[in-house]
Amino acid sequence: MKKDIILAGVGGQGILTIATIIGDAATEAGLHLKQAEVHGMSQRGGDVQSNLRLSTSPVYSDLIRQGAADLIISMEPMEALRYLPYLNGEGWIVSSSHPFKNIPNYPDEAALSGEMSSLPHVATLPIEDVAKEHSLPKSANMVLLGLAARYLDILTPSQLRESIARVFASKGEKVVADNLKAFDLGLNAV
Amino acid sequence: MKLLLGDEAIALGAVHAGISGVYAYPGTPSTEITEYIQNHAPEVRSRWCVNEKTAMETALGMSYAGKRSLVCMKHVGMNVAADAFVNSAITGVNGGLVVLAADDPSMHSSQNEQDSRFYGKFAMIPIFEPSSQQEAYDMMAHAFELSESLKLPVLMRVVTRLAHSRAEIVVRESQSQKALCPDNDRNHWVLLPAIARRQYAALVEKQTLLLEHAEKSLYNSSELSGKKSQLGVLACGIAYNYVMENDPQALGVSVLKVSQYPLPEQTIKNFAAQCETLLIAEDGQPMVEEQVKALLGADYPVIGRLTGDLPRTGELTPDSVGAALGVVGEPSYDNAQYVVPRPPALCQGCGHRDVYDALNAVAAEYADARIFGDIGCYTLGALPPFRAIDSCVDMGASITMAKGAADAGVHPAIAVIGDSTFTHSGMTGLLDAVNDKSRITVILSDNLTTAMTGGQDSAGTNKFEAICLGLGVEPEHVRVVVPLPKNMEEITRIIREEIEYEGVSVIIPRRECMQTLKRKLKQNKNK
Repeated sequence: MKKDIILAGVGGQGILTIATIIGDAATEAGLHLKQAEVHGMSQRGGDVQSNLRLSTSPVYSDLIRQGAADLIISMEPMEALRYLPYLNGEGWIVSSSHPFKNIPNYPDEAALSGEMSSLPHVATLPIEDVAKEHSLPKSANMVLLGLAARYLDILTPSQLRESIARVFASKGEKVVADNLKAFDLGLNAV
Repeated sequence: MKLLLGDEAIALGAVHAGISGVYAYPGTPSTEITEYIQNHAPEVRSRWCVNEKTAMETALGMSYAGKRSLVCMKHVGMNVAADAFVNSAITGVNGGLVVLAADDPSMHSSQNEQDSRFYGKFAMIPIFEPSSQQEAYDMMAHAFELSESLKLPVLMRVVTRLAHSRAEIVVRESQSQKALCPDNDRNHWVLLPAIARRQYAALVEKQTLLLEHAEKSLYNSSELSGKKSQLGVLACGIAYNYVMENDPQALGVSVLKVSQYPLPEQTIKNFAAQCETLLIAEDGQPMVEEQVKALLGADYPVIGRLTGDLPRTGELTPDSVGAALGVVGEPSYDNAQYVVPRPPALCQGCGHRDVYDALNAVAAEYADARIFGDIGCYTLGALPPFRAIDSCVDMGASITMAKGAADAGVHPAIAVIGDSTFTHSGMTGLLDAVNDKSRITVILSDNLTTAMTGGQDSAGTNKFEAICLGLGVEPEHVRVVVPLPKNMEEITRIIREEIEYEGVSVIIPRRECMQTLKRKLKQNKNK
């Protein structure tokens, strides 16, 4: 069994935290994994992505093949679509529905959302709004992870919750509780 | 078992091999190696160096004294360190010395994709090229042992995808550091021509031994498909993973993995005899492909980047290697219609923004103004909305190119250089300009850190006025400003005044980097 995941977003949105948590859960579960990240220049507000590969057998390539990703998890809708050629026919896009506009030529929102909903397997959520409504403005990425947890299969929501607790432990109980709450909001969103 | 970034695996491998020092200048994708050692191994000397050359020489000094040392740099840093690097193969080493070069094929964060393996071949020393994070960790101990047994520095070459990808690493027991034991043999270390000739002859003689090591290396291994294969692949370093991802066994393709150089010639000849065609899969430039062509002769079909079976430029991918192996890719979606590029940009509130606003305002008043840029966050001043700089070539080139252009008659000739780049390679060029009384205006944009690579200490912090004065810039032409929108009038006035001065001026806009400032505020809040 394998799960090839592309994590996408804009530099500074917190995709590496999502990667860290999935990575921790996978290690704890004894899965093989590779996780290619983008460091350096792109982190300055440019597009960033991470290739995360989980498998019950050894993983060779750090990069995912085109048409092979099972899941695109994105903090931003246009960034989700950027990696569309990597998604397999049965694969899912799990994305924030809220555009992040830091460029002058951001595409028309209606057209973008139309293209997104024309795809067969898409789950979107206004994660920033959900997080803010529950006074968890810094935990939008955990709302997204919660939503993605429904499609991860290779890891259970409880394994991910344990990792959230481990990864945020050094920041205190409140931070752990907030992030778990945000995760559950995504997991149980209607 | 630990989940580590390739860079972290390299760092831990070196620490467990008993290094006493790591010397480096930050550069993507190598930075995290030194950072990891700084954060996890306080017993290892690890302060950032001014540039890669000082790093290389300091490491050689530690080796001279009998201890193990590691030097880390990005590929273009090898150009800066090259003098010391090549000559360290002539002196040889005492304590083990490993030079880690992190190449950046596809230029994710670089201005070229030069292949550091050429430097290893040039200097005639062993090269290790790990295929995985685990192998990078394991090789470190082996590289130090080999360095000490051959009395030569060893080059380890990695690429961005290995450096910046995480994997589980099995760690071994840590070795203790070596005792102080300086080399007493001046006949190795004083490279007067008479001695250097002897040393060089000895280095040439050692090549047979290097080759024997590569032929026997555990890191060079072949998997033959049994009967003669139509296609064999020689896979170097990380390319091995892309080959394996395509299940060569199912394709009836034999694989020879090469991760230690010089090229094991006999092993390659034996392997080639079992195949009809040889594909060379290597990330970077077609160095091995050229050598293997020469080795196997004109009649043996060798394919790879030079023949167009693999792309000539850019990093390899499982897709490009798959195509070369004849694998038909999965059906996939086309590119989405409503996606546009999202280039990186200077942070909101960054002082470099105010510098470029001021420069653009003043430059607009001069028809022939030219602004020579340099390497750092402020290179982003080339992009909209600023479009402010006319060149960016290498570390320090802003000042020297401005001088050359001014010599040729360009006026105003303005250089924009960051604080860390200035101490890396700008100071020497400034002295040239001062001595020649060149008509240039240098903007030393000081954000008190090495920002582009994540906020490492900058070597010259608090010393820039003193450095400029010491190099001979006249005191009334060293001007310090605070780059904020409210100071725009003062800044533009000062730039105008200094452009009109017929000599060298240095204007220092100084304000802390937004990223390091945010981090400090956050840390203080958490206290």
